[in-house]
Amino acid sequence: METESLLHGDCLIVRVRGELDHHQADQFRQTVDQGLDDQRVNRLVLNLEGLSFMDSSGIGLILGRFKRVQQKQGQMAICGVTEAVSKVLEISGVPRVIPFMRNEKEALQKTARGINPKRRMR
Amino acid sequence: MHGRTYMKLEIPSRSDNEAFSRVVVAAFASRLDPTLEEISDIKTAVSEAVTNAIIHAYDDRVGVITITASLDGNKLVVEILDQGVGIADLEQARQPLYTSKPELERSGMGFTIMENFMDEVKVRSIPGQGTAVVLVKEIQSKAVLHQN
Repeated sequence: METESLLHGDCLIVRVRGELDHHQADQFRQTVDQGLDDQRVNRLVLNLEGLSFMDSSGIGLILGRFKRVQQKQGQMAICGVTEAVSKVLEISGVPRVIPFMRNEKEALQKTARGINPKRRMR
Repeated sequence: MHGRTYMKLEIPSRSDNEAFSRVVVAAFASRLDPTLEEISDIKTAVSEAVTNAIIHAYDDRVGVITITASLDGNKLVVEILDQGVGIADLEQARQPLYTSKPELERSGMGFTIMENFMDEVKVRSIPGQGTAVVLVKEIQSKAVLHQN
């Protein structure tokens, strides 16, 4: 797995490539959490366009980051979901709590506008 | 006389073997000419079972995980076997979102994903002795080819 993080205003964009499983979990968690530690950041966009494989380890990681963003009173969106990983995300109910957008541009707009409070996780 | 088509893989329960084990089973399954979606389903289900063995069965120690796969007509049968701690309450373990390790940010979706991605999931477990997970998937593309 490879990640690329960039800051767009108050939004952290993380592009993930390759395979995300339990073996890659710590690396993913550290990368995203380091970015979220930045006081300026209160939005997160995960770009999964380059992700060719993900199992339920990825679900726990994504929901864990979503909770962190919520603690910062921020917004989060996912974009670039490929067929290879959409089934795992759908079965786990992730789209019910985190909006899926087509690309980074739309995800940035979505997080800037905010999400429906009903989508918030308890 | 033709023997049964099967394979057997024995690996230490280290997380760097997760990718290796799912790729090996996917390569074995490719004999049935599966679709990309079927291959993806198989890889995901195997990854879930192997990860469970690494995290739950052996926890902090390294044990042996034995993966056997065989072909029965257009059916793929995969068994993931460990000699770890076993599962005391199988019904609870198979509940969606149940995890015994929330501190590791485990989603508790492993068995649910296996059940959704495969046609059959059988689990046998004896506490203190180990767990065997059997995953069965009928490969549709080959079935269609047989009909034609």
